[in-house]
Amino acid sequence: MLGKLNRDAIPFDQPIPFAASLVVLAVLVGVALYTLWKGWWPYLWREWITSVDHKRLGIMYAVLALVMLVRGFIDALMMRSQQAIAAGSNPGYLPPEHYDQIFSAHGTIMIFFVAMPFVIGLMNFVVPLQLGVRDVAFPVLNSVSFWLTCSGALLVNISLFVGEFAKTGWLAYPPLSEITFSPGVGVDYYLWALQISGAGTLMTGINFTTTILKLRAPGMGYGRMPMFCWTALASNLLIIAAFPILTATLAMLLLDRYLGFHFFTTDGGGSAMMYINLIWAWGHPEVYILVLPAFGIYSEVTATFSGKPLFGYRSMAAATLAICILSMMVWLHHFFTMGAGADVNAFFGIMSIVIAVPTGVKVFNWLFTMYGGRVRFTAPLLWVLGFICTFVIGGMTGVLLAIPPADFVLHNSLFLVAHFHNVIIGGVLFGAFAGYMYWFPKAFGFTLHEGLGKAAFWCWLVGFYLAFMPLYVLGLMGATRRMQHYAEHEWQPLMWVAMAGAFVVLLGIVMIALQLVVSIRNRHTLRDRTGDPWNGRTLEWSIPSPPPPWNFAVLPQVRGVDAYWGMKQAGRRSAREPDYEPFHLPHNSAVGVSIAFFSSFGGFALVWHIWWLAIIGFVGVVVSSLVHGWLVDRDMHVTADEIAAYERARPEGSAS
Amino acid sequence: MSVADPFTAPGEHAHAAAIPYSERGPAPVESVAAFGFWLFLLSDVVMFSGLFAAYAVLADNTAGGPDGAKLFDRGYVLLETACLLFSSFTCGLMALAIERRSALPTYLWAIVTFLLGAAFLGLEVREFTRMVAEGAAPSRSAFLSAFFTLVGTHGLHVTLGLAWMVAMMAQVATLGFLPIVVRRLLCFVLFWHALDIVWIGVFTIVYLGAH
Repeated sequence: MLGKLNRDAIPFDQPIPFAASLVVLAVLVGVALYTLWKGWWPYLWREWITSVDHKRLGIMYAVLALVMLVRGFIDALMMRSQQAIAAGSNPGYLPPEHYDQIFSAHGTIMIFFVAMPFVIGLMNFVVPLQLGVRDVAFPVLNSVSFWLTCSGALLVNISLFVGEFAKTGWLAYPPLSEITFSPGVGVDYYLWALQISGAGTLMTGINFTTTILKLRAPGMGYGRMPMFCWTALASNLLIIAAFPILTATLAMLLLDRYLGFHFFTTDGGGSAMMYINLIWAWGHPEVYILVLPAFGIYSEVTATFSGKPLFGYRSMAAATLAICILSMMVWLHHFFTMGAGADVNAFFGIMSIVIAVPTGVKVFNWLFTMYGGRVRFTAPLLWVLGFICTFVIGGMTGVLLAIPPADFVLHNSLFLVAHFHNVIIGGVLFGAFAGYMYWFPKAFGFTLHEGLGKAAFWCWLVGFYLAFMPLYVLGLMGATRRMQHYAEHEWQPLMWVAMAGAFVVLLGIVMIALQLVVSIRNRHTLRDRTGDPWNGRTLEWSIPSPPPPWNFAVLPQVRGVDAYWGMKQAGRRSAREPDYEPFHLPHNSAVGVSIAFFSSFGGFALVWHIWWLAIIGFVGVVVSSLVHGWLVDRDMHVTADEIAAYERARPEGSAS
Repeated sequence: MSVADPFTAPGEHAHAAAIPYSERGPAPVESVAAFGFWLFLLSDVVMFSGLFAAYAVLADNTAGGPDGAKLFDRGYVLLETACLLFSSFTCGLMALAIERRSALPTYLWAIVTFLLGAAFLGLEVREFTRMVAEGAAPSRSAFLSAFFTLVGTHGLHVTLGLAWMVAMMAQVATLGFLPIVVRRLLCFVLFWHALDIVWIGVFTIVYLGAH
């Protein structure tokens, strides 16, 4: 009846996960009851859960990312404190089988449920506004994407309380992840969570590529798109090219585990090395899927706060697309030691050095954008400055790792761990925070507290260096990654420094939370009525904050790069009211949350071999889609009078 | 931005043609939907390419079991192929009927397409069951795992296509040729043709490659 699920799945004997899950459950129930008591459920359902508005979905993505950041960061604290203690005869406080789950969950959550939703959320919120259009190409599909991502995140987190998570690392290399060596449900949780959320990500890729290539305001040719849109385009093209490989690869591992296939097994002619190749053929583009939009954010923030157009617009776009293509040609540098031979290793080593060139072009463009500008050192710009310094270090250690002979020494050491945290925290996360603080006033109509934003930045920056510079040194001293325990006492002082760094980063997270709370409390003094608090350059700043559901009352006419800056310079403000034209907006839709609801049950059932529930989940997804297919009158008509009434009601002096 | 803009309705102005294509504002919904579906097909092809790559790597890893030359019956597969390719032709005829918005030929060609697709699927299932009965199940060797996964995934796509076709005929029957229904029908036609292209790859690499 319940497949493999029984009472043993609940970790009564393991106090840490058991207590942690009870706390999480209590918080969830508390939030649910509080919102019910406040009578917010109908509002939440109507305005958020069933919303297909790209701005609302973008905000919900960011909320998911911030919540998951806390979850993933608790894992990080546990790892750092374990390694600070567990030297010599001291075994630490985390048993190996628990420690292995923690580092696997940490990686999986931070990449798939923090970095991805944060970046996709910012693209959701910003791209249609920058393009000067009213929504994405497929608004309902957008909602499906978001809720499938949530479904994946839910499955990963359920594994904490029911069963276990993978002990295989965040990429679940076989043969360790095969059923012979990982007979538990951990790897199955990993696989189904990623298959479900991966489907959502693929739909996002299709949706945004179509949006950027097909829906732009009149006059916005490719040479006039804001740089963030260029990088979002490259990122979404990579999603389309790379995520299906992940789906295929994980499907093969699932078939091995569930039906006794021999893709990656040690017997029957399987090839575990093929998995490593396939997963990195997705995995390396994935790195750029994350960092390219962040590069776009840095470009926007730098130009705005330097009061200058972006230096080298064309070279920036070209560098973005060069990275987009080259990123598919470097995957083998993740496993030089696997034995592909000197020639193959040399090719991928050289390609990895080549990809540093367009990245270097970008760094110089940002520097030259600031050079000679009137630079305002706001919180978003601080993240950019911190990024440039940090990312250059991360890039150089990356090039070092990409030299095959050096990699034979450094492979799977803490040097590698330090490198990829250097580029992901210093590249992706700093970019996400820069974007969060930069576009927050657009989303909510008030700016975030500047001082606390700067405090958060400094905590993150200092904490990052304290936490990861020692790891470079430890890597050179021979410390490998994923150690639950080590014998060498001389490593311990550096591990203490790294732990101290993690706690400084914790302070940074507290500052982010505090900034949000303080800003909401002081929202009346922080209110921005202009819609353009930063003297921005792109179209999102030309409309009120928060924008109306239709974004633009009249689609703007674009006449150059930095369209809104041009409008402000030309001072074009006609006294005559424009001719408003009626248009359609898509209705709310419950199909996204419904599909994700059944997918969650389906995924859970497949993990535990509860076949009847899996069938219910599948049927639920099909029925939801079919019902949606017959709701053909899905558009809301907005009349010219309604738009005119809204525009006239806006206070004087607000954005034109 | 409050300037009255002359390009919101391209085509209404004589000089609209002089504006570069990329600057004419949002594309019409038909082309947006079709473009998005092309991208989906592209992603599906990428997924198949992963399975093809796996097959190419594992094709010789028979682990002492039967190999392709021993298992595959080329004449039989040619019959399968004929069913599928001919169904693509009738699917094209259905597309012409949809363009004319005439329901009866649409149903007719849909039924023919469905039967040919179902025949393909039936032949494939028979081939699979025969192989399993001969001891050539997917768990026998890495080669067979890759074979069943690649060919089976294509078969799964055909199954999905058949279900989609049934749903679309129900849509035509209940909703008529609404613009949204026509868009979906044309997406379905694209999907069905794409499955043919993938099958050409399967036939060449898997079946012809085995001899």
